Amino acid sequence: MSNYALPLIWRKFPERYNLLGNKCTNCGRSYFPSRKICPNCRRKGHLIEEVMPKEGKIISFTKVFSAPEGFEEEVPYFLAIIELINGVRLLAQIVDNEDHKVLIGAKVKMVFRKISEKDEESPIAYGYKFKIVE
Amino acid sequence: MRSVSIIGAGITKFGEHWERSFRELVVEAGIKALQDAGIEGKQIQALYGGCMASGMFIGQEHIGALIADQLGLNPIPSTRVEAACASGGVALRNAYLAVASGAYDIVAVGGVEKMTEVSTTIATQALGGAGDEETELFFGATFPALYALMARRHMEEYGTTEDQLAMVSVKNHKNACLNPYAQFQKEISVEDVLNSGYVASPLKLLDCSPITDGAAALILCETNLARKICERPVEVVASAQASDSLALANRKSLTELRATKIAAREIYEKTGLKPKDISFAEVHDCFTIAEILAIEDLGFFEKGYGGKATEKGLTALNSEISINPSGGLKGKGHPVGATGVAQAVEAYLQLRGAAGKRQVKDASFGLTHNVGGSGATVVIHVFKAIEGKR
Repeated sequence: MSNYALPLIWRKFPERYNLLGNKCTNCGRSYFPSRKICPNCRRKGHLIEEVMPKEGKIISFTKVFSAPEGFEEEVPYFLAIIELINGVRLLAQIVDNEDHKVLIGAKVKMVFRKISEKDEESPIAYGYKFKIVE
Repeated sequence: MRSVSIIGAGITKFGEHWERSFRELVVEAGIKALQDAGIEGKQIQALYGGCMASGMFIGQEHIGALIADQLGLNPIPSTRVEAACASGGVALRNAYLAVASGAYDIVAVGGVEKMTEVSTTIATQALGGAGDEETELFFGATFPALYALMARRHMEEYGTTEDQLAMVSVKNHKNACLNPYAQFQKEISVEDVLNSGYVASPLKLLDCSPITDGAAALILCETNLARKICERPVEVVASAQASDSLALANRKSLTELRATKIAAREIYEKTGLKPKDISFAEVHDCFTIAEILAIEDLGFFEKGYGGKATEKGLTALNSEISINPSGGLKGKGHPVGATGVAQAVEAYLQLRGAAGKRQVKDASFGLTHNVGGSGATVVIHVFKAIEGKR
């Protein structure tokens, strides 16, 4: 979307600032982002809040040269599928590293950064990115 | 369930139609399909239209009613179907189910997208909506980036190369040159693809399907009736659809589309067919890696062998299996809502022996494979030609 309304950003603070997801106490699966029902157990499931670990490894990555609106100044930037140490996967930018260190299997940890800024009028969105751990 | 057949098909030229509107395109395809079927508009009992993002592309929603109105088909029920880039294929499936169920005997299926009215940035955003807004687009993911993540993993696990990816594009451009409706009428080389600049590594500009305007239409008819009014109906032998998570990160594997495998298994179980019984397939090559995943997940080649099979020419026109004889999304163009319908138009032409220079020899069964998003919706159809009126 071109302009995020403030509630849309504000509502996501716990998820995007702290990796707050949830876990089903019935089957033990963890979810990020959090879900309203466990897709595995459905109504038999019971979900409780769970903060995800902040460390993981790169499963796949790409260097993006053609960016969507709000990311033009970031180009080129790395995006990766990351597997956290609890097995949960998410997509995030990889930042603060020399290009040749961005590799499948590289260990990463979460950092807190500005995600995008559409224009002067719209709110600035913050959230998680990841960096390689030496 | 009753048997259903295609009795008419129409398609516009795919390309950048600066001088023509959404309405003109969809009406052209609809009229051509009606003329081809040799029936009157008043015989159509219902209409299903696939369209992904007209709201963002042309500022117009309520496409179902718009199409019926523009074609002079009021007051029949007309329904828009949206499943991202699989909108056309899912519209076809809904029309198929409506006839198979006995609710209607003759229905029209349309697919349309007018993508060149907006800037590339807006178009990219509109297409991005097929992914997961909250966890992908928000963080700067584009569609090429999502498929690039799959490509990189496939290269890592199976040794697929950027050259092999490029060869998908080279083949599809070559086929497109034989298709007068295709957007691109120019052959390209592996070097052209490799030198076309990264969009999202390892995918380059010429690994990506283009932004396209176009429309396609079909007339479906209950098969007993079709045999009476049509000389060479093309039967919809089977239809299957499956769903998966919107976000790529939530899938177990990045090197297969689970929804393709599940829908394909259902197709093969329903029909008793095996992958080797399929003469040609129109698969969803929105990016070159997508064709490689498709030919593996549909069972034409072993997992991991798609790149090598392409390199060996096994997917070329009239080789082991003709993949994307129309030129595919890469060569023919990809007006997203029209694509799934256009794939079935190609199958119809091929199975009737009416595909001209790109004709697949001795085509018996044709398969179409239409994907929404990065694999969250997959719809597959299998077709064969049957005897009609003499």
